[in-house]
Amino acid sequence: MAALHFHNVTLGYDRHPAVHHLNGEVAPGALVAVIGPNGAGKSTLLRGIVGILRPLDGSIHLGGLDSRDIAYLPQSAEIDRSFPISVFDFVGTGLWRGTGLFGGIGKAARGKILGAIASVGLNGFENRPIGTLSGGQMQRVLFARVLLQDARLIVLDEPFNAIDSKTTTDLLALVKHWHGEGRTVLAALHDMEMVRSHFTETLVLARGPVAWGPTAEVLTPENLVVAMRMCEAFDDSAAACAADDAHSRAA
Amino acid sequence: MLHDALIGPFTEFEFMRRALAAVIALSLAGAPIGVFLMLRRMSLVGDAMAHAILPGAAVGFLLSGLNLFAMTAGGLIAGFAVAILAGVVARSTGLKEDASLATFYLASLALGVTIVSIKGTNIDLLHVLFGNILAMDDQTLLVVAFNATVTLLVLAVIYRPLVIESVDPLFLRTVSRAGGPAHLAFLALVVINLVNGFQALGTLLAVGLMILPAGIARFWSRDLTAMICIAVVAAAVSGYAGLVLSFQTRVPSGPAIILVATMLYIVSVLFGRVGGIVRQLFPGRHLEA
Repeated sequence: MAALHFHNVTLGYDRHPAVHHLNGEVAPGALVAVIGPNGAGKSTLLRGIVGILRPLDGSIHLGGLDSRDIAYLPQSAEIDRSFPISVFDFVGTGLWRGTGLFGGIGKAARGKILGAIASVGLNGFENRPIGTLSGGQMQRVLFARVLLQDARLIVLDEPFNAIDSKTTTDLLALVKHWHGEGRTVLAALHDMEMVRSHFTETLVLARGPVAWGPTAEVLTPENLVVAMRMCEAFDDSAAACAADDAHSRAA
Repeated sequence: MLHDALIGPFTEFEFMRRALAAVIALSLAGAPIGVFLMLRRMSLVGDAMAHAILPGAAVGFLLSGLNLFAMTAGGLIAGFAVAILAGVVARSTGLKEDASLATFYLASLALGVTIVSIKGTNIDLLHVLFGNILAMDDQTLLVVAFNATVTLLVLAVIYRPLVIESVDPLFLRTVSRAGGPAHLAFLALVVINLVNGFQALGTLLAVGLMILPAGIARFWSRDLTAMICIAVVAAAVSGYAGLVLSFQTRVPSGPAIILVATMLYIVSVLFGRVGGIVRQLFPGRHLEA
């Protein structure tokens, strides 16, 4: 049973596709890097997986997972950093699945929250308002929340952008820890070296899938050139996509 | 002497006691709502909503004269209609909530003025526009207290999703569907409290007892719970001091309350612990870490 199954998925905005006719599946426990140039549809694909964007066509099956079994770390989180909330409370929202609207935060839950904050190296920051954190510290806080969500599927959208190497190393260790626990992890990334040395599986995306498979086989200069050449053109008067008709005729 | 000035009016006159009870009820419910309005950058939305209530209140007035129940019901219907329509339009299209609300409240205001000019008795309408907390009867006081109670109960229910939606709306969307309903419920609470306030302060000033205390609280704390408590206290103190001021002078009660709140606001802007002007001008030597 695949953790994720893409069936001819087209995702996009206002009828214009950003991810075009993607097929394939992600095995449970896989550690998948999604790479591709800006505008390749990486974020769009991840948004489709977590269900904030509905496919224009095709379908994404979550292999029995509820949408709450997914933890999602967006690229440019729409977080209001000026809101008066402490690191402790913010990370605590990761327990939503267990607490819901009214569930109390008991002693065990408090312990979990403190543990998550400690494991991203932010001991002593519990009572700081999130507005006082640096970019790297905020990213650590977001990872702590993902940690608490205890999700089977973890979706990270460019989690190491504008993050220094020390923080990246720490957070990458967490990602590998999740992999070790058998969770499925998908991450959109730009750092090829990191992908090569840490991610077992890679999807090269350039609107459509360029290549998908074991990282060593997929991450070739040829594939990257093809991905780079991908046309970014947004044609306002594009005709309706005919690929589906071709599909059905072939079938 | 001091007792006569500060406590005397309330022991002596029943209408002062009723007014004080009303203003405390308004503070308890309105100030927390105001804090969320401010934190969600919706302060002016509150103002817009206050105008949106007008046609409903005017229809109530038209149908049954100066009956506060009719006017409250009308105001609630108009306010809900505008809030929910604006919310639905903003959520189902790309239009921002403020733009969507501006459209609806302008339409609503125009409608209200039209209705008012058809009926045409201005004196009673002055009461609607500026309120009269000193003329509160028992029934009205009970309505105010009831609305305040409902507000606090509903706020308790939606508190957690409301906070998370304010900080990180995308996260809430991925873990729960409570965000949309919580937001709509919050808009409804805004309307209830505006209607509640206009009996005391009028449509034009009702939002004042919500927004000003929130602004005051923002200068004294970085913690949400503390902010809400400070806002409630600031609102109640403004209400009490405003009533005393109004009793001793010839200042009308509604404006007196808002003017006292404004004084507190100015003091907070100047001397507030969090980002007050004096504190910024003389921050003291920088710290070691």
